[in-house]
Amino acid sequence: MIRLFLMNLLLSFIWVALTGSMYYTNFLFGFMLGFGILWIMNRHDSDQRYFYRVPKVLGFVLYFFLQVVKANLQVAYDVMTPKYFMKPGIVRYPLNARTELEINLLSTMISLTPGTLIVDISEDKKILYIHVMYLTDPKAFVREMKTGLERKLLEILR
Amino acid sequence: MIDIILAILSTIGALAIFFASLGILRMPDFYLRLSVTVKAATLGVGLLLLCAAILFPDISVTTKAIAITFFLIITSPIAAHMIARAAYFTGTPLWKGTIIDELAGMYNKDTHTLESDPQEKKEDFTPETDQIADTEDETK
Repeated sequence: MIRLFLMNLLLSFIWVALTGSMYYTNFLFGFMLGFGILWIMNRHDSDQRYFYRVPKVLGFVLYFFLQVVKANLQVAYDVMTPKYFMKPGIVRYPLNARTELEINLLSTMISLTPGTLIVDISEDKKILYIHVMYLTDPKAFVREMKTGLERKLLEILR
Repeated sequence: MIDIILAILSTIGALAIFFASLGILRMPDFYLRLSVTVKAATLGVGLLLLCAAILFPDISVTTKAIAITFFLIITSPIAAHMIARAAYFTGTPLWKGTIIDELAGMYNKDTHTLESDPQEKKEDFTPETDQIADTEDETK
């Protein structure tokens, strides 16, 4: 897993060194090329997780960016129009994430999505308290979060 | 072609910062102001830095832009979390339109710790402890 990622980085650095243009698009192209080479070389290996994980990470970044843009538009609309449409509230969110890295990444993602803000985490790291701007039903919000952002994130990390 | 992309991205970034500053003025309570400001400002600054990285074909500009965006994304949610926690702990009222406050009564005011289970401290749990304001003027 880590070994393949480091190999991939090494291959892209070799590509950059050989082509001689130190620009990020060239680096990305080298990374994709190295990814393809590693895939062909390791196609008989039993451990294929790396090759599924890289597209998944890219998909997750895209999904997260779309969420951010969508929520930003909603907030911008509410800021502009004179009437308030929001129903704020503080919600108790039981965590599935266990390790510190998972909790850290998840709460950063939640905080960066407009409309949701981490207020605090309980002492035993089991409950997040989230301030939500557009809350129709606390149970529905928790379910949506669990099946959306948290599951996608944990799929990548585990 | 690249000019059009740059124009679109930088306009979106500037608008995001504009809405964030408008949000500070318009939002009815402290938590909503914080919530609006932090994210929109992160998105706006990130987009403007991305534009700078695309515009200048210099590798040092690109690396600096990536580093600034990275540290901004790491640090701003933590800052927001600390400010929100301090505000809630010192008793800043929530807006009167707030529909639910599940954090009420969960703090142990002596040890500054946060309980995860509401059943544990049933004996001194009073339903009057929520911080939702009764009138508009309290959160102004």
